[in-house]
Amino acid sequence: MKKRLASLLAVAVGVILAIPVQAQTPRYGGELVFTVPSEMPSYDGHREQTFGLIHPIAPHYNTLLRVDPNDPTGTKPIGDIAESWTVSPDQLTFTFKLRRGVTFHDGSAMTSRDVKASYDKIINPPEGVASVRKATYLVVKSVEALDDYTIRFQLKWPSGAFLQSLASPWNFIYKADILAKDMHWYEKNIMGTGPFMFVEHVKGSHWVGKKNPSYWDKGKPYLDGYRALFVRSHSAQVAAVRGERAHIQFRSFTPADKETLSNAMGNKIKFQESAWDCILMVTMNHTKKPFDDKRVRKALSLALDRWGASKTLNKIAIVQDVAGIQVPGTPWATPPEELKKLAGYWPDIDKSRAEARRLLKEAGVPEGFSFTFHNRGTPMPYEPIAIWLIDQWRQVGLNVKQQVIEAAAYYGVLRKPDAFEVAMDFQCGYIVEPDLDIYKFISNDKNHDNYGYYTDRVLDDLYEKQSRATSAAERTKYLRQFERRLLDEEVHYLMTLQWHRIIPQNAKVHGWQVTPSHYLNNQLDAVWLSQ
Amino acid sequence: MAQYILKRFLLMIPTLFGVAVLIFLLLRVVPGDVVEIRFAAQGQYSSEDVLAIERARLGLDKPIWQQFTTWMGGLLRLDFGLSMWTGAPITEEIKLRFELSLQLAIMATVVATLLAIPLGILAAIKQDTWIDYAVRVFSIAGLAMPSFWLGILMILAMLIIFKWLPPMVYTPFWVNPWENLAQLIWPALAVGYRYSAVATRMMRSSMLEVLREDYIRTARAKGLWLKLILTRHAMKNAMLPVLTVIGLEFAFLMGGLVVTEQVFNLNGLGMLFVEAIARRDYTLTQALVLIVAAVFIFVNFATDIAYAWLDPRIRYR
Amino acid sequence: MAVTKETLEDLASAQKPRPRWLQASYDFTWQRPLGAIGAVIIIVMVFIALTANWLAPYDALATDYAAMLAAPSGTHWLGTDSFGRDVLSRVIYGSRTALIVGLGASFIGATLGALIGVASAYFGGRVDLIVQRIIDVLISFPLIILALAVVAILGTGLENVILAIAIPMIPRCARVVRSSALAVREMPYVDAARAAGFTDARIVLRHMLPNVMAPYLIMLTAFLSQAILLEASLSFLGLGVQEPVAAWGLMLRGAAIEFAETAPWMAIFPGLAISLAVFAFNLFGDSLRDALDPKLRTQ
Repeated sequence: MKKRLASLLAVAVGVILAIPVQAQTPRYGGELVFTVPSEMPSYDGHREQTFGLIHPIAPHYNTLLRVDPNDPTGTKPIGDIAESWTVSPDQLTFTFKLRRGVTFHDGSAMTSRDVKASYDKIINPPEGVASVRKATYLVVKSVEALDDYTIRFQLKWPSGAFLQSLASPWNFIYKADILAKDMHWYEKNIMGTGPFMFVEHVKGSHWVGKKNPSYWDKGKPYLDGYRALFVRSHSAQVAAVRGERAHIQFRSFTPADKETLSNAMGNKIKFQESAWDCILMVTMNHTKKPFDDKRVRKALSLALDRWGASKTLNKIAIVQDVAGIQVPGTPWATPPEELKKLAGYWPDIDKSRAEARRLLKEAGVPEGFSFTFHNRGTPMPYEPIAIWLIDQWRQVGLNVKQQVIEAAAYYGVLRKPDAFEVAMDFQCGYIVEPDLDIYKFISNDKNHDNYGYYTDRVLDDLYEKQSRATSAAERTKYLRQFERRLLDEEVHYLMTLQWHRIIPQNAKVHGWQVTPSHYLNNQLDAVWLSQ
Repeated sequence: MAQYILKRFLLMIPTLFGVAVLIFLLLRVVPGDVVEIRFAAQGQYSSEDVLAIERARLGLDKPIWQQFTTWMGGLLRLDFGLSMWTGAPITEEIKLRFELSLQLAIMATVVATLLAIPLGILAAIKQDTWIDYAVRVFSIAGLAMPSFWLGILMILAMLIIFKWLPPMVYTPFWVNPWENLAQLIWPALAVGYRYSAVATRMMRSSMLEVLREDYIRTARAKGLWLKLILTRHAMKNAMLPVLTVIGLEFAFLMGGLVVTEQVFNLNGLGMLFVEAIARRDYTLTQALVLIVAAVFIFVNFATDIAYAWLDPRIRYR
Repeated sequence: MAVTKETLEDLASAQKPRPRWLQASYDFTWQRPLGAIGAVIIIVMVFIALTANWLAPYDALATDYAAMLAAPSGTHWLGTDSFGRDVLSRVIYGSRTALIVGLGASFIGATLGALIGVASAYFGGRVDLIVQRIIDVLISFPLIILALAVVAILGTGLENVILAIAIPMIPRCARVVRSSALAVREMPYVDAARAAGFTDARIVLRHMLPNVMAPYLIMLTAFLSQAILLEASLSFLGLGVQEPVAAWGLMLRGAAIEFAETAPWMAIFPGLAISLAVFAFNLFGDSLRDALDPKLRTQ
């Protein structure tokens, strides 16, 4: 009898321990206030690319799939409007079952017609309508609404990353009737199915949303509403959080801000940190001498003390980890021990720099050789990284001048192959997925986002191989080979340090999980405020 | 007098026109255009046809002279057009910011005047004494500190010492005067202090000149100087150059406070200006420049008239 | 005859005639101590800028990651910045940038402005009218907007900043100098020079320009301080001189503000340097104006 009681008790304890304990239950009410450093030009997510649109506007909409907001690696697509889906064995047909009971803010029901209209606008916009993500969906052959709550995507070729691309936070589901009348309506208006309804937008000042009482996810959202303040100056944003006029900021604060706020606010402030799916890269123009010589490019990489910088630059800039072609800590990232074998990642920096000098000499580059480094005019972290780069190159006898171009006009310069020698490039993704992340590095004739202006068929081939790999081991093999070719053999691009997100949140804010992307987890449906 | 006013008024027109032409051409010389910036700013490639569609929507594909005449035609009907960045009517974009900048300019001018006139007179009366030196040092210190630095110091002081931050959102005065003043008094003080420097100097030097006049000297010798200085005549003459300076500074405050607005996070014309130029939003930049220039030219005109009214000699120049 | 300070001086100068400029400086110092203080500060600044290579304890570009954000100490008198660069050395080298930008921009702006103003006054008539309208148009632009536009066209960097600051100053100087030049034009020796058949260029340059020295110098010193401030503002906005060049305005940007509470020395010293420089130029210019012509009105 005792034995049986004991084992029952053990089971009971085991069961209780296994249930994830919620520290507190969500409280209803309150208005979340956050600052946004940039204001959106139009309201249409299919047209814009700035987080200045996502942060205030994402709460008004749903997407077909979204990246799991509770997953800190930011890699798992889950259903938003889609309840479930099936993928055909040949990976050419994706069929989604939509939720029922989803309504737009004006009360009308959402059906597959709306999803089809929205995706048609993104994939195949009519004459006169611009869609910036059209190129991502070239793989789609057709979008069909099979019945009111089923939608099917047919692809032209098999794509393993298609689900991830459907989880894009930009693909808002719009109302088909409105699109039928006016394709440009959504540029200046809001009508979605999301957890919050639109209240007002005062230009240059703020954006207000209020709770959607008939949201399909019953019981959510918890907040009564939210307010986004457009604050351009960084110090004003920090002051806002410090003065408790704002609860949180969804992009990132700097390590200095973290120190200041911790000292000033004590336990009234919490921080969530994560590696960020953004990285600055150095692009070397392969059409300009001497950067057509891979010895010179390799020397530029060998000069950089990445491991040292990851311990020092993280105090003054929003960077931290040493990275290859994937965000460190994510499933496909190369572990540090293997990374150290690549050029520029050797643990011994003196040996590295000696080799750099030797290569430069061999390539005929004289001591004190001078070139111009173009940089984008955004303070953080472009400025500190540029200062670091110039300083590191100085250590191998290169005399580099910086030419800063204002952010808005920057890529206009990079688009002209004879306008620069070496420049800063960057990439920010919304989901960590090699197909999307390393597409940038394939040959320039296939991919116009490649500002190195090179052609490398071996690299292109490795990209295809990793994309079509059937097992994780096979894919890893090809990814490592791709990385080796890109960073060590040909040195087409130089990676600097992976960005690092530091999100300050007032201790009253709960229910928000940081992910590697500042485009994710902005619907605010699970966020709540304590007293 | 009427002829003088008319002459001055007519001169305003070619000046405004010149400003319009200059800004129109200047913007088109600057590299980059709004469409490119909109779609390519984040680094992602957009094909030429996407860009071409957008350019056509904004009328940027038409020849330059046609763009100019369309714009000028609109201006004559007081229609500034639509912003190229947001597509909203420019009057809407400017209205809110104009209110804030106007209020800030007025408040700063009041602060500057309240500082400059008494201090300037004081320094003039007590010329070359330590009071004079103290006033001059005080007013020049206001000019010497970079305005953004003063602003940052003020906000830090408020946070650290008072643990209080000014409101971040603009509320118009008639909606809630306390919120409104709580936000704007600090930049008004910072800016007003800076601008009082030039006006103080001007008040002092013109007061000195008046004090040198023979009739004043005679009166001083007789011990009547204080009374005389405060006579309308003396003050009237002394005020002329001060008025000019204050008027010109006021015009400059509309749209020139770029850095101050950034530091105090004010949604004003200065920030709008910088953003419009950065985004190559031609229509908005052109409208802003015209408005600011118009204010400036008009203030110039008004002070010229005031000058002429106060000092008849000028009318016959 | 009472023995006063003046008689003693007269006696002294009768025995040993001083050069005029020295006498003028002496008078200036006595009569206008504030201006003299300004002048002294300026001279010290110029000296520092010229001897920066010897004075500065460290290279302005040398980073030291082991000593990032270090407080002022024996090894780094004014502390280090976020890259471990010595603040004192950067302030010293920054004086060079400030003077180059300040002197360059104000000299170009004031000289070109003076030339245009004098020429406009000399030629008079329609030329004058047109030039005046153009000047009116340019003055109607707020200073910083014109500077922003120039930077947008030409790009950032030291040379372009100098131009961006000089260009808005040209019309302002032209206007002031023109009003003085109008008076000079009526002088008899100008008529005489014309009658003697001198070319216009010669009359403008040799006869009229030297006689508008007073307003020219006053505008020059006024511009100097404005140029230094404008450079600081442009650098603060990211549109001026670029890293890693040592420039005071640049040192106030970014990291200096972020670390304002934990490492205040990063921002205090460059801010002080700017304030001191502008202060000195203002004091000096102020007193120079009083000395040369108290009746002159600016702007």
